[in-house]
Amino acid sequence: MQADIFIKRRNGGLLFFASLAILTAGSMIITEYDVLKGFTSIAGALIWGFSNFYPDAGSMQKLGDIMLKLRETVLMSIASTTVAAVFAILLALAGSRTTRMNNLFSVAARGIASVFRNIPLVAWAMVLMLAFSQSPLTGYLALFFGSLGFLARAFMETIDEVSNNSVEALQATGAGYFHIIFQAVLPSSMPQMISWLLYMIETNIRDATLVGILTGTGIGFSFELYYKSLNYHAASLVVILIVITVIVIESISNKIRRVIL
Amino acid sequence: MALLELRNVTKCYNSASTALSDVSFSVREGEFVSVIGPSGAGKSTMLRCINRMIEVTGGEIYFDGVIVSKLNKRDLRKLRTKIGMIFQHYNLVDRLTVIENVLHGRLGYKSTLAGVLGRYSQEEKGQAFRIIKFLGLNEQVYSRCDQLSGGQKQRVGIARALVQNPKMILCDEPIASLDPNASKIIMDHLRNVSTGMGITMIVNLHQVNVALKYSDRIIGVNKGKVVFDGSPAELTPERIYDIYGSESGDLIVDLGERNAS
Repeated sequence: MQADIFIKRRNGGLLFFASLAILTAGSMIITEYDVLKGFTSIAGALIWGFSNFYPDAGSMQKLGDIMLKLRETVLMSIASTTVAAVFAILLALAGSRTTRMNNLFSVAARGIASVFRNIPLVAWAMVLMLAFSQSPLTGYLALFFGSLGFLARAFMETIDEVSNNSVEALQATGAGYFHIIFQAVLPSSMPQMISWLLYMIETNIRDATLVGILTGTGIGFSFELYYKSLNYHAASLVVILIVITVIVIESISNKIRRVIL
Repeated sequence: MALLELRNVTKCYNSASTALSDVSFSVREGEFVSVIGPSGAGKSTMLRCINRMIEVTGGEIYFDGVIVSKLNKRDLRKLRTKIGMIFQHYNLVDRLTVIENVLHGRLGYKSTLAGVLGRYSQEEKGQAFRIIKFLGLNEQVYSRCDQLSGGQKQRVGIARALVQNPKMILCDEPIASLDPNASKIIMDHLRNVSTGMGITMIVNLHQVNVALKYSDRIIGVNKGKVVFDGSPAELTPERIYDIYGSESGDLIVDLGERNAS
């Protein structure tokens, strides 16, 4: 009996890796992707990058413009994320198993969150472009919708994970719905929610670049402008500044996390 | 007059499984009742039916002159303020302080706004401090609950129940997660509260010898049915066999202390 289990385990493992290998090979053949060429061209790309894609003295003159755009992008990300978080809390409270008022609301809230989450950010940006054309509002809304879906889901799980027991206890004391939300659910889940919020702000600053390219706003627009006008030195400066910004924001939010968790 | 009476209470989770079938008993004011029985016998369900954390399928429960199952939402909250509840896992809001958790016991008496904002009167705070002192937690008043030991957390649970000014306290396995030392402290407190303040106690227990030592009366439950209802002196090894379905010699039960006295 015992030996059977081990044989079964081994066969299961073999089967898994065999299927993975077939899947990989299959996709490579269908898409005509050449692994060897893929890896060898990395070297070429690096050489091109080092010889062209670096900031020079001329690009430094653009620093002021770029910083202005960067600030716009960072502020837009923070604004869209925090506003999305407020709405996400409402959705999460309605959708969570612990705090839902009734089944219908819960299913509706989960459905809304799921739709917003599963439409890719790029698709949001494209669709919103049709409505609002190229303006900061388009980028703002695209980030807002994406964050709303993701945060609602994350908050729902946080609430269920953290506050189930204390909710039961407060119900038993005769406390009302809003008492329980404000005295038990929010105090226990706030630190984790803030942690998710910080993560979302980091992600949104990265994504804002892409959204900016599509909607013609913020730092993404600067990048595209320099890149398309073949000013690679300025474009590289944009990339470097984005990386620095993201690292700075990340380390700040890590500090905040350490304090609150 | 009986403070609590269960008449033919039945609870089915679905057509296949019956958690409680035809449970009837009554409890006098000030009585200390232990409920014993194997895991899954329906002890927890029975306790939660009394304050309607779980809705019964059939039968009636009378508490303090009212029929529990007929109450509307508002009257149910009022009823729950008169019934404290203590849990195996304490069910505190870990990130809040001892005093905040204790004052949660007052939420059932509060308007929505006052409860949401956590505004408690001087008398309520004074009462909470007195109870905390009575339970020997005065050094931990402002400590966060996640810094307390299990025994201390359970004392916070008792304080939260007492601050409700309850007529009855339901205890769901109050010492199942505690070491023997802390268990004794908790059981002594429960007994003192019952004797000193005349508060009725219903305590689910796994330890037969603890039930024998502390109770005025013991109710034995097996497979959703009451199979024993009597004083500790009447709980003979044969009756323990009825409850647990095994010879008491096979169980880790120390009847020696009682037999000796």
